[in-house]
Amino acid sequence: MARNLRNIIALVLFCSLVASASLFADEFTKEDLKKWNKQFMSVVKEGDVLFHSSKLGTNTVSCDMCHPNATNTHPETYPKFQKQLGKVVALRDMINWCIQNPLEGEPLKFDDPKMIALEAYITYERAGKPLAPGKH
Amino acid sequence: MKTKNKKAAEGLVMAFDVDPRRKVMKKKMSRRSFLKRSAVAAAAATLPLGLVEISWGQSDKRNFTFAYISDSHLTHIKGANFVRNFDKGLKKAVTECNFMSPKPDFVVYGGDLAQLGKREELDHGLEIMSRLRHPVKWVIGEHDYYLDLGQYWQEKIGRLYYSFDHKGVHFVVLNSILTYDSWINKWKSPQERMSNMARLDNPHGSPFMVGDKQIQWMKQDLSKVSRQTPVVVMSHSPLYKIFKPWNFWTDDAEKVQAVLKKFDKVTVLHGHVHQILYNQIGNISFEAMMSTSWPWPYPVSYIKKANQVPRLTVMMNRADPFHERDATGWSILNLDDGRVTNHYKLWENKDRILKYDKKLGYPIDMEYQAPATRIPPQMHY
Repeated sequence: MARNLRNIIALVLFCSLVASASLFADEFTKEDLKKWNKQFMSVVKEGDVLFHSSKLGTNTVSCDMCHPNATNTHPETYPKFQKQLGKVVALRDMINWCIQNPLEGEPLKFDDPKMIALEAYITYERAGKPLAPGKH
Repeated sequence: MKTKNKKAAEGLVMAFDVDPRRKVMKKKMSRRSFLKRSAVAAAAATLPLGLVEISWGQSDKRNFTFAYISDSHLTHIKGANFVRNFDKGLKKAVTECNFMSPKPDFVVYGGDLAQLGKREELDHGLEIMSRLRHPVKWVIGEHDYYLDLGQYWQEKIGRLYYSFDHKGVHFVVLNSILTYDSWINKWKSPQERMSNMARLDNPHGSPFMVGDKQIQWMKQDLSKVSRQTPVVVMSHSPLYKIFKPWNFWTDDAEKVQAVLKKFDKVTVLHGHVHQILYNQIGNISFEAMMSTSWPWPYPVSYIKKANQVPRLTVMMNRADPFHERDATGWSILNLDDGRVTNHYKLWENKDRILKYDKKLGYPIDMEYQAPATRIPPQMHY
């Protein structure tokens, strides 16, 4: 019994230590920013490669054939009503629609690193455009 | 309106908008698409005849019609498999051209028959094109060229640049998709060169050009042509500068324009851009032909780089990929006294007509030129 109580106290102490440590976690340096941007750009690069490759589908067609520099994807307008799907959807739903239809491929899971990379590239090419959800 | 013209105009509406065969050919037609088609047919029937008039040239020799099919990008997958979507586009254009009545004098193929210049793709394209009941004039595109530098094209199809006269009009066909030798020779293999040229947004691409040799030939060829003779130049790339990052561009366009400067009536017809695009520079009218395969966005939708999309152009609808054939199609061109009237036959969108306005001195869209007449999808962002 006493041993259990000791364990609980130890756990509470440990948790409060972690909590107090996180008080300082919002502080970050220029080096951190550089590092994080590098991480982001490496995912953008992966997305760029995927977007221009025939690996997402089965018929050699790639995304860039209709969307050079990811144009006419309008990431800033999602979520929006998409005629193809008959409801309000996110960009990733349309990415999968394109993979399944023009590319004749299998849809990606929403948390698939490939999906994240495609979203990163598409959004990066449109960076700076104000958000306009629902716009057509 | 003369009865003859009226009949011809009705014939056109019959052949392209309310053709009963269409219903038979199409296995499934939803109520919605049926209604849409009916609405289109009704709209066409009530159009002022002036909009759909085609003078078929029985009386005036200088008045004739030809058709233009372009940018089919037939793509070989493996064995006997090709991308179905793109095959469908070209087949549809060929079938509709064969329905034209009266017949066009000829059909122009505007380049990019193949996607990666493969023999399989060119052979496949030639097989589909062989079903056309009209003679064909060929223009080469970069997707047909950069695998073997035009060798198979010349063996199977013909010359890369040439000229011909037809009913008082002088036609010049150019190979406008050449580029610098240093770029051509820098790749490890012909396949690598081809795939790098095939990628539109390639940062390692190279601008198109006609080249001094061909410009010299053109000067020679045109020296025999009088100033009053209407001249129509057909090239794959636009012979002016719109957007270099996507090669909507010909590097030595000014040199070509200079050679054409002395003529009263000059029209340049080009493919490559997969969109409705038109412009007037000095004495030259420029008009883009549709693709049968897929539409391209206007360069204005790429916000990172400046473009020179002509102000004159009323843009086409934003593409809706729900319909495979959206924002694709082909053209019927009527030459009336050396000036072009261009009837864009658009499969999932309302047809559009560009006509040279003699008073204004440039081509205008017969319906949408005034900003107030435009529809929401034409407002690009």
